[in-house]
Amino acid sequence: MVMRSEAVPLASRTDLVRGLEGFPILPVAILAGVALVAIFAEALAPYDPEVGVLAARFHPPAWQLGGSAEHLLGTDHLGRDVLSRLIFGARVSMVVGFTAVIVAGAIGTGLGIVSGYLGGWVDQVIMRLTDTWLALPALTFAIFLTAIVGPSEMNIVIILGAVYWTRYARVIRGEVLSLKQREFVRLAVVAGCSKATIMRRHILPNVLNSAIVLGTLMLGVVIVTEASLSFLGVGVPPPKPAWGLMLADGKKGLMVGYWWLTVLPGTCIMLMVLSANLLGDWLRVKLDPQLRQL
Amino acid sequence: MTRYITRRIAYSLLSLFLLSLTIFLFVRVTGDPTTLLVEPGASQADIDAMRERFGLDQPIWVQYASFMHSLVRGDLGQSFYYRTPVLELYLSRLPNSLLLALAAMAFSLLIGIPSGILAAVRVGRFWDRAGKIFSLLGLSLPSFWIGLVLILFFSVYLEWLPSSGAGTVWHLLMPAFALGWYFAAAHMRLTRSSMLEVLGSDYIKLARLKGLPESLVIAKHAFKNALIPVLTLAGINLVIMINVAVVVETVFAWPGIGRLLYEGITFRDFPVVQAVVLLGGSMIVVVNLLIDILYAVIDPRIRLEA
Repeated sequence: MVMRSEAVPLASRTDLVRGLEGFPILPVAILAGVALVAIFAEALAPYDPEVGVLAARFHPPAWQLGGSAEHLLGTDHLGRDVLSRLIFGARVSMVVGFTAVIVAGAIGTGLGIVSGYLGGWVDQVIMRLTDTWLALPALTFAIFLTAIVGPSEMNIVIILGAVYWTRYARVIRGEVLSLKQREFVRLAVVAGCSKATIMRRHILPNVLNSAIVLGTLMLGVVIVTEASLSFLGVGVPPPKPAWGLMLADGKKGLMVGYWWLTVLPGTCIMLMVLSANLLGDWLRVKLDPQLRQL
Repeated sequence: MTRYITRRIAYSLLSLFLLSLTIFLFVRVTGDPTTLLVEPGASQADIDAMRERFGLDQPIWVQYASFMHSLVRGDLGQSFYYRTPVLELYLSRLPNSLLLALAAMAFSLLIGIPSGILAAVRVGRFWDRAGKIFSLLGLSLPSFWIGLVLILFFSVYLEWLPSSGAGTVWHLLMPAFALGWYFAAAHMRLTRSSMLEVLGSDYIKLARLKGLPESLVIAKHAFKNALIPVLTLAGINLVIMINVAVVVETVFAWPGIGRLLYEGITFRDFPVVQAVVLLGGSMIVVVNLLIDILYAVIDPRIRLEA
């Protein structure tokens, strides 16, 4: 008895170890770090990110000649503290990134399930629409949409969701097509479940894994797109501190060598995207071997 | 074969129709289109005139018919800022975009194909791992950041290359690198997986069995077949490059279509923005069709399947 009760947790522990094999510690730590910074931005930021002192413009980072400990990472063209802006920028990236991925995932997964399960003309209509939207270059399409509805954080989330749902729809539909033939689904049909119930209770839980993997991989794409839109002036409206917006402002100081205004926000974007991609790659291999081809 | 091609053409026409409908509806549904189609700051009389000209008081299907009618005739409207037909503007910028895309493509293939082959031949070893890191970086670094860092190094610190504009080969180098970087990683990944697949096939084993030196097996037998999917992707990517270059073109003030789009946003020149999206989408639909047809011509399995 004693031996058995010891043996069980041991076995499950090795399972856990195997399950976590190759776990991307550093990327997850970076993402978690950015999330914490985003949550506690008010407590962490030394200055108001949107208010600057014009007399203190273009101060270099503290370790460079002319820099001071007052502004660890220097100041921008309006004398705003770069560190504070980076900290609050993390919040924008996180909020926009995650909500846009969820919006796109919800639309795409929903349409993918309906399209795959119902088949027939519904499938035809949804898939033709998916093909058409896939043909539109994502960034250009997003710019077009912001030109219509005007830039704001909320609009960016909706637009990114509207642009990127197609990738989910395609993959999820393919999975539903094979799930449909499985016995538990057929049994549910025999048992008299309605189509809506089958889709919700039997199909949806089985495609969630893929949706999560896709979502993680999309996070990087969405963050870069948001940064690109902000960089072009149709994303998050100023003076809100978004990393893409900081890069656009940083361009003003680039030719005179104020490197910190471009290199620092760019590094933040890169680290976050890289981490999301590494985590996505790992999840893909672990959760969903079928998606390895992506 | 003819049936397959007819069907593909029909699908593409349907896609183009849906594309125009999507663009059309987005402009109409999300608010009063006159505010977009009329120049900012126009008088009430101008707005009314515009409303009448575009038939915005008509039922929506009549509006769509007239929208399509002008599209088919190549009338994409007049630019508010430049005061010239949008199509003319677009076509005048297209050569620059094409030049940039071709240079970026050359760069991405020059890096992507050899490194992909190297990674496949030395799978699991040093070069494969280095390649993996390279492709991950390529897919994660935003092109505008690469562009800005390049300017910082080569224009500001070293003063070797011009930071913006077009005209000489020197102007082309940095934008092509910034644009091609991402695609180099994508091409490398595909070359690697395609090479691995080919290297595992029976005819490669036969080539090895008959005693051919490994270099010849790779160069002559494997490489050629592995190249087909890569070149297909490159074909699609060339069109995509033209359409995603907006950020790179903005960073380097490169006078292409992306820059036109950027100007369209900053000057609130809506006809320009609309045209760039419409033409970009159409371009991709047409290229996909051409590739499908080409595949059907080359590979009988595809046309028989349909």
